[in-house]
Amino acid sequence: METIKHFINTIAAPKILFNIVVLSYLIIFPPFKFFQKIHDALGVRRLWTKKGGMAIFSLMFLAFAFGLTDGNFRLIVLKPDNVPIVALLFLVVFFVWLALHQAQDNDDAIAKGGKPKEWAESREKVLVFPDLVYIEFIALMIVAALLVVWAIGLPAPLEQAANPTVSPNPSKAPWYFLGLQEMLVYFDPWIAGVVFPTVILLGLMCIPYMDKNRKGLGYYTYQDRKTAINIFMFFWLVLWMFLISIGTFLRGPNWNFFGPFEYWDHNKLEALNNINLSELVYMIWLNQGLPSNILWREAPGFLILIVYFGLLPAILAKTIFKDLYARMGVVRYSIFAVLFLMALTLPIKMYLRWLFNIKYIVAIPEFFFNI
Amino acid sequence: MNANPNKPSMWEKFQSTQFYRSVFRTGIRVVSHRQRMMIMLNSVFLHLHPVRLPKHAVKVRYTWCMGGLSFFLFLVLTVTGILLMFYYRPTIEYAYGDVTDLSQQVPLGIMREIHRWGAHLMVITVWLHMFRVFMTGSYKPPREFNWVIGVVLLVLTMLLSFTGYLLPWDQLAIWAITVGSNMAGATPLLGMNGPGSNLLSIGDVNLVTPVSDARFALLGGRFVGEAALLRFYVLHCIGLPFIIMIFMIVHFWRIRKDGGISGPT
Repeated sequence: METIKHFINTIAAPKILFNIVVLSYLIIFPPFKFFQKIHDALGVRRLWTKKGGMAIFSLMFLAFAFGLTDGNFRLIVLKPDNVPIVALLFLVVFFVWLALHQAQDNDDAIAKGGKPKEWAESREKVLVFPDLVYIEFIALMIVAALLVVWAIGLPAPLEQAANPTVSPNPSKAPWYFLGLQEMLVYFDPWIAGVVFPTVILLGLMCIPYMDKNRKGLGYYTYQDRKTAINIFMFFWLVLWMFLISIGTFLRGPNWNFFGPFEYWDHNKLEALNNINLSELVYMIWLNQGLPSNILWREAPGFLILIVYFGLLPAILAKTIFKDLYARMGVVRYSIFAVLFLMALTLPIKMYLRWLFNIKYIVAIPEFFFNI
Repeated sequence: MNANPNKPSMWEKFQSTQFYRSVFRTGIRVVSHRQRMMIMLNSVFLHLHPVRLPKHAVKVRYTWCMGGLSFFLFLVLTVTGILLMFYYRPTIEYAYGDVTDLSQQVPLGIMREIHRWGAHLMVITVWLHMFRVFMTGSYKPPREFNWVIGVVLLVLTMLLSFTGYLLPWDQLAIWAITVGSNMAGATPLLGMNGPGSNLLSIGDVNLVTPVSDARFALLGGRFVGEAALLRFYVLHCIGLPFIIMIFMIVHFWRIRKDGGISGPT
């Protein structure tokens, strides 16, 4: 038992878990042909059958039940304010399954030359009273009952009265912002807290104008809009849900990482020997002191940024995004590429940190300008 | 049942009174097709819906009910929120005590629980609604702009939840808000600790200081204190609900104007 827990604690470390999650994503929602082959070989489509759904859920419940036998796990998961996040994880998995289950049925029908299930149904008109009004009424009664039971069963958390002189460790933002707080590990507040939220919202708003694919409106489908769904799932599951879960369940005092079965020890020390790119280039590679001129000092970082945001979109347009570029046109593609590359900086910085201990690519603390 | 079928019961007599017929124009015992349509047309609330819908649109497995439930939770939060306002005073002196009293002194004191869990649930239902709309491709023309409004509603929902987080005035509240609002201090140009904060200046006088930056505007002070509590209270109870309602009206209106619920063509 302890060995299993120890093993889970070890693989839950962001460095390892993130790789597992990304790999699972690549196989389940394959964006490239290579992964498509693995996807087909493993028969991932069976996940979206009813049996597959049962298997996913049994596994999740079993894992959760196993976790509950552990005191440290219970302490974090059953914290009143964390209960909604546990619910959220189960709900998201369920609805991802439900959407793709229906998508698969429709795709199979379309592949045989048929129409999606919704098409046949949409030919028939029903009266909103009583057909819809009653469904709404029942749904709302169920949720109302659930809320009352939840409210009676679980008191809302209330800690000690506010005391500005005693800061709890860890201090966490509300759970829906924990994805952003988790980004603070890799980025300064002006990026993680201001630029990224803005870009996320702008990106979301841009979706209808980016997606030129006119197929797949009004029915569940995967095959008809693979690219859109693959990209969306990466942000929705891998970046948003995963980071929120890490921030909620696996970050303890001093925002250190703690495994799900690990005691939140306030004295846990983690070596922080991060260096900036400029230091790596000048002091370690070139074996000299840092130049005193800021621009010259940060030239390597700026160069990388210019290549990344200036040249890379053009290179991508010629290579892997060739089809996308042809479909989208210059303006749409440019906006898409910038948003997409910006989002990719997060996993890139994660890997830079884990592999080379790099803290900043451009570090100008004199102007609070660190990237 | 009535012993004599020809003799109307009291209830049936009541249904034929002038008063009853003035309230329920269509009547309660709906038997005809026409009556079912009239119910929708005569009701100010049900009028949000069309009279008829394609069949796929009333299936729970298509809509997941998430949009409707988000709206329902908003109403629950409004009602419980108003009740909570009876007992709560937004000052450092009273806030925490009022919240403790709520659970210990007020009969049936689960309003705060319903309010808090309902708020969490609303964030979840709004996200899932967005996910459903994405998965059915419902943001595609002609519904692009309603998706944009939906994103605004999503932000407002999270802001409402965020501003409400401070009000119990316990350790959880002020430190969560401290973490959150510290981000505002890092806003480029406008935040004290943001890049370019020393660019905005007149001569040697810096315009972005701890008492004039974006964080200060949010909190009404240099730290989460009395002014921040009042600001968050006003935003939570008046400001943001007002704004979110306007966007909700547009959101619902546009659903109808953009051709109703999405469906295969």
